[in-house]
Amino acid sequence: MKRSITRLLMAPSVLLLLVWMVVPLSMTIYFSTINYNLLYPGRNNFVGWMNFEFFVTDPGFWIAISNTLILLLSVLVITVVLGVALAALIDQPFWGRNVVRVLLISPFFIMPTVNALIWKNMMMNPVYGIFAWLSQSFGLEPIDWLSDYPLMSVIIMVSWQWLPFAILVFVTALQSQDTEQKEAAQMDGATSWHIFRYLTIPHLARPIAVVVMIETIFLLAVFAEIYVSTGGGPGYDSTNLAYLIYNQALLQYDVGVASAGGLFAVLLANIVAFFLIRAVGKNLTV
Amino acid sequence: MAYLNITELQKHYDNYHALRGINLAINEGEFIVFVGPSGCGKSTLLRTIAGLESSTGGTIELDGRDITELSSSKRDLAMVFQSYALYPHMTVAENLSFALRLAKEEQSVIDEKVKSVSASLQLDKLLERKPRELSGGQRQRVAIGRAIVRQPKVFLFDEPLSNLDAALRVQMRLELARLHKKLGTTMIYVTHDQVEAMTLADRVVILNAGQIEQVGTPLELYRSPNSRFVAEFIGTPKMNLIELDNVVRENDTLHLKLLGASIDFPVARTHGPLPDNVIMGVRPEHMHLVETHGDLIGKVELIEHLGSEAYTHIRLANDQTVIVKAPARTTIKDGEEVHIQVDRDEVILFNENNRVFSVIAEDASHD
Repeated sequence: MKRSITRLLMAPSVLLLLVWMVVPLSMTIYFSTINYNLLYPGRNNFVGWMNFEFFVTDPGFWIAISNTLILLLSVLVITVVLGVALAALIDQPFWGRNVVRVLLISPFFIMPTVNALIWKNMMMNPVYGIFAWLSQSFGLEPIDWLSDYPLMSVIIMVSWQWLPFAILVFVTALQSQDTEQKEAAQMDGATSWHIFRYLTIPHLARPIAVVVMIETIFLLAVFAEIYVSTGGGPGYDSTNLAYLIYNQALLQYDVGVASAGGLFAVLLANIVAFFLIRAVGKNLTV
Repeated sequence: MAYLNITELQKHYDNYHALRGINLAINEGEFIVFVGPSGCGKSTLLRTIAGLESSTGGTIELDGRDITELSSSKRDLAMVFQSYALYPHMTVAENLSFALRLAKEEQSVIDEKVKSVSASLQLDKLLERKPRELSGGQRQRVAIGRAIVRQPKVFLFDEPLSNLDAALRVQMRLELARLHKKLGTTMIYVTHDQVEAMTLADRVVILNAGQIEQVGTPLELYRSPNSRFVAEFIGTPKMNLIELDNVVRENDTLHLKLLGASIDFPVARTHGPLPDNVIMGVRPEHMHLVETHGDLIGKVELIEHLGSEAYTHIRLANDQTVIVKAPARTTIKDGEEVHIQVDRDEVILFNENNRVFSVIAEDASHD
């Protein structure tokens, strides 16, 4: 009796979530098997695996996959390593610490599009960007970041966006570290490097796992930064899977192929998540 | 020259004076207990000795070497923390060997030391466990083992037993006493529990508001405190402090007048001039319930039966309450009127500044 009431009360939310998930997924699956090009309405005949074939044989496909993975791993490494270092740094008491903390967290509040615009126009522009000015003041040729190092530029922008998240999580974790443990290590003859290496890093294992997992979810789908800054180019040099799908659906109006690409993205996300969670779970958790 | 010498030690926080000139000399092999109410500075003193807090003034010398400015890792002291502070992701063996590994000792030496320490603390079967898989008592033993394995010059204990349940606390207290006998190393122990202080210490240091109130063996402090603070702090139930109506001096005798009674007290046992207001201190076991002709008369308010003895709370005619120790199977009832006999040899007198100006009788009975 009691149980059926619980179920009845939970049913609406469960059903809603289910529909929320199932409808788009099944529509994507359905679209991926039909001929669905917005330029040729009405000719929606069943085509089997053809859309998948088209997507996989697209010259950008393997580049997009490798770009997606390079972007993901680089940003993860940069944010985790720098995040731990900066968090450890601002955990020390110093004058103006609160201001520094707020400043370090603030990039997280900036929209991805705005972020990309700032970097594109104010930092990396070869004529009036700050990097160009810096190079020139050392007497060097300014670098045209977005066309010479497009993927690296995107990595820099995305890392800048996600570093605050990592810092925020790590600072919180550091504050929960037991001071008596550090003092005990001090009495045991540990230097501050020993304490960092043998106490702080293991203590941060779980937060690191959390940061890696959450960032992975978002980094696989990076889009706005690419759209605003490099437009996936030059060529396919900064195209990732999400951008390739957009390219198919909205630049070539082929919803069928884009849906097939979407299913590849789901697949890739699952593979990455599987390996990451296993690796993280095995090596890092306390 | 003592082993550990503390001279004029000061500790200021931003707006708080935690240690106000501590002078203390500790001999090698002594078991010293710092005791006092919370906020008295006992933990600060210990942490300053450990080097975890810097001092604002004064010096600390250990074994003829000035360690005041030395970092805690170079002081050759080991500390056992209240929370045990075990390294959570290391096994018991790794916890025990951490300091040795940092000191880059040879593996064979490390193994040997860890083995002997774990055997003596009955940790040998737990070496591969993580701290979270241990019980409170086991964690405590690991924390002690981690201190012993380094063979430091002095052991520091910061309320190590306060996280254990009562039964385990008594057991660990015994183990600590045994350990001190076996190792013979100097130990400094901080507690707020006077029973721990009394049972473990060679000498007890009583701290109050950042100053040392009195230093002495447990029995000295119990029998001849030199201030009201010490008298009240040591002993359960507390010493009875009774305000006297007045004191009359007649030749070599003081007559302590209270509610019509007069208790004789030899002038030879006092020093200094006779103050105007005198407070008499008597411990519950130095007052006896008698049938008739006692010094004082009062009404029984409450009887606490402890099994081995009973404590009777008695209200006197002037509304003061005193506690008197009675035999276990006393037949006295609540509300009954009783006579109290005061053991004159054990009476202590306090002046209006709460200092003691008398001594107990040389031949006072040791009961």
